Amino acid sequence: MSTDTTINQRPTPPSYEVPKAIRFGALAVGFLVLVLFPLVFNNPTISTIGVFAMIFLMAVTGWNIFSGYTGYIALGHAVFFGIGQYATAMLASYWQIPPGWETFLLIPVSMFLAGLAAIPIGLIVLRVRKHTFIVLTIALMFIFQLFAYNLRGWTGGSQGLEVSQPPWDGSIFNLPYYYVGLFLAVIAIGSSFMIRRSKFGLSLLAIRDDEDRARSLGINTRNSKLTAFVISAIFLGAAGCMYAMFVGSVYPQFSFDPAFDLELSIMAFAGGLGTILGPSLGALIISGAQQYFLITFGGANVFLIVYGALFILILRLLPGGVVPAISDKWRSHVVRKEQRILDSELEGPAEAGAHK
Amino acid sequence: MLVLQAIIEGVLVGGFYALMAAGLTLVFGVMDIVNFAIGALIVLGAYLSYSLTIHFHLDPFVSLIFTTPLMTALGMLIYVFLIKPIKTNKVVMSLLTMFAVATLIEGVLDICYNSGFVQIHASYINNSLRIGKLNFPLIYVLSFLLSAFLLSCLYFVTYRTKFGRALRASMQNPVAARLVGIDTDRVSMITLGIGIGLAAIGGMIFGTTNAFNASSSYDIISRLLVIVILGGFGSVGGALVAAIFMLVIQDVVAVVWSPVWGSTAFYMILMVVLLVRPQGLFGKKGVRAQ
Amino acid sequence: MTLLGVEGITKNYGGIQALRNCTMNFQEGAINGLIGPNGSGKTTLFNVMTGYETPDSGKVTFRGKDITNSSPDEVFAAGIGRTFQLTRIFPRLTVIENVHIAAQRHGLLAQMRQWSQPDERARALESLDFVGLTKLSREPAGSLSYGQQKLLEFAFIMVAEPKVMLLDEPAGGVNPTLLKHLGGRIRELNKTGVTFIIVEHDMEFVMGICDQVSVMHQGSALLEGKPELIRNDPAVLEAYLGTDMTEVK
Repeated sequence: MSTDTTINQRPTPPSYEVPKAIRFGALAVGFLVLVLFPLVFNNPTISTIGVFAMIFLMAVTGWNIFSGYTGYIALGHAVFFGIGQYATAMLASYWQIPPGWETFLLIPVSMFLAGLAAIPIGLIVLRVRKHTFIVLTIALMFIFQLFAYNLRGWTGGSQGLEVSQPPWDGSIFNLPYYYVGLFLAVIAIGSSFMIRRSKFGLSLLAIRDDEDRARSLGINTRNSKLTAFVISAIFLGAAGCMYAMFVGSVYPQFSFDPAFDLELSIMAFAGGLGTILGPSLGALIISGAQQYFLITFGGANVFLIVYGALFILILRLLPGGVVPAISDKWRSHVVRKEQRILDSELEGPAEAGAHK
Repeated sequence: MLVLQAIIEGVLVGGFYALMAAGLTLVFGVMDIVNFAIGALIVLGAYLSYSLTIHFHLDPFVSLIFTTPLMTALGMLIYVFLIKPIKTNKVVMSLLTMFAVATLIEGVLDICYNSGFVQIHASYINNSLRIGKLNFPLIYVLSFLLSAFLLSCLYFVTYRTKFGRALRASMQNPVAARLVGIDTDRVSMITLGIGIGLAAIGGMIFGTTNAFNASSSYDIISRLLVIVILGGFGSVGGALVAAIFMLVIQDVVAVVWSPVWGSTAFYMILMVVLLVRPQGLFGKKGVRAQ
Repeated sequence: MTLLGVEGITKNYGGIQALRNCTMNFQEGAINGLIGPNGSGKTTLFNVMTGYETPDSGKVTFRGKDITNSSPDEVFAAGIGRTFQLTRIFPRLTVIENVHIAAQRHGLLAQMRQWSQPDERARALESLDFVGLTKLSREPAGSLSYGQQKLLEFAFIMVAEPKVMLLDEPAGGVNPTLLKHLGGRIRELNKTGVTFIIVEHDMEFVMGICDQVSVMHQGSALLEGKPELIRNDPAVLEAYLGTDMTEVK
């Protein structure tokens, strides 16, 4: 067939991926925007939105490393967020850490503790099948909430615990939190990227597609899942620590909060579950919107409705998320371009022949 | 003596949970979805009955005449518009969808009714039944009887009617069921309708026996999930046994130790059981797909 | 020399006896066929041999070692690869990624390096070339046709250089041209020393390619021998005709 030879003569097949130049460019611009954000918008109300956005960015990216890559949707990761919060509050008072820069040292400690807790928890919850797993993680979260309420001696029960706030001036108070948060977020995204391009990441994706098949090809699925679980817990612990320090108080219903898990999943789904940057995008957009709602409407129950409705819409209309939708659009763009080139090549010689 | 009272009360309250868990596990068995919204729907049913009793001075049991068909229809609508369109990864996507629905309902209820605790009242609710030295609130007994009655209706429908046969066929092998002409979509729609209709009734029961507000849904759903996991997804008998078992333990622990540890015991037992038997007490061991 | 053997395997599924005191030996370096009417237990036997099921009694040995209770990943690591009746590939990953999955790496740090190291990539491309799927390497595996997916499955098991390949109905749903291609690939691979055990219903395919054929009937071994002997054996015909199987030529 003549068209066959035309295709075979083409030097290389077209790449369907968004070109590296555009990708890096967009990334660089985005990063620059984030760095300059609180300096440009130095109104503390607005930079507060930024701090929460950074916290969620870190949390969602971490969550995605497990749930996005393995396909096991963990709806109880609030456990690690809460562990981060309570660890910070309890250690800050136990070790009598003065409020201020020293409190930031608790971040690696919270990460370590959350990761440590994730090992036994992971061993228990990862033994079951996917639907039981989801439900089990939710049950787990309620257990921790109950512990937080009941072990009053340690956790202050429903009164919660306080984390003393540093005596910084109101106008620049948010800045250290924002930049530390940004730094951690970059680490989270970087880790996600490195995992994605490693053999370990490929194993996780294989588990997502067909876990038993992956096993039959030599992948130790139990260890892979556990490792991803622990890594994601570490980032949630960091987020919890930042949250406790920034907000200044820790309560059972907000540390171990099912709504938190819902937020994480919406952000990840909206942005693109399983992609590297998708969840971050989702986090930025949705947490920004959430804070905006809080400021304008004030009530917590309005967002429950908004979240619920939003999530339902996303699940129905765009279950893949924004980032895959973008790559799909790019792919069809490239395919259409190819088709046009092919068509013109076909018409060219034919027209020449017809005009003879 | 107190312990005996606790055990019996556990059984009485367990009846409610058994009924709800049966609905939940049935829905899972037929269409592979975890109806996470059932907690919120039960609270919705409770608020609906509450409003009807307050505004129209209806007896709570009478309010069911209105709430049950309404919520059954709601269940069928949810199936048609939210569940049926899901093509891939049904279990996870449906769970998330229902989680979102639950949140939505909670938000709406919170706005409509504010966060104060309410309880459904009727003149006879606080009367007690005396048997020997033991006292039982009448409403617990009535609720238990209602739950038991409905569970037997469920049993009858499942095992003695044509629809029930279609239901069981869809549970065992949806493809084969379709091949013999069973409209599994219709079976699923009706099953979800039934499940949520039962939630309306459960809501009334819950609303009369507990003070509640919009966030009570979490307590309910987390207990129901524990019960269904223990009983094994898809096993109605398992749900029954697990419900009574767990509620008795919770009440005994509450009496012997403290109410607060009663709830905690609920979850701890789940952890312990799953360590030993990941498939729950009655579930089947996950057979590795071919 | 027996490479892979099963001895006295029994497997019950609540009332249904899938395998009944089954004893078989598969020769090293040969292309072994495993045939039998529907329900004779062939796939169950495969499942038991590859760690997907544990037998109620009996033993599975590989090169003399007892692998009865090994898990699927252990079985694979020992050198036994298998395909499934309904092809199981990783649909959301690209073809080339699929082929890299089976590449074994040792050590924790190695897992963190980039997923496609030069030697792995070379072997992956080699496998894809061998089955003829190189042009599709960047396509998502889910978009491949059924026959192409079968070839992909074949390719990604090859990458780990197994000593034995268990193929469960490789001819099922495959057009004659592709089947000839597949048969050719099997023979070529066999020449390099890979042992095959092929479950099949397509008698022409089995008789044409196998050195040795084992027949199963109602959960146990009926007969083992050269293809010509098997095809004319009256007991075999009886087993097939008796259970309404009419594919015997």
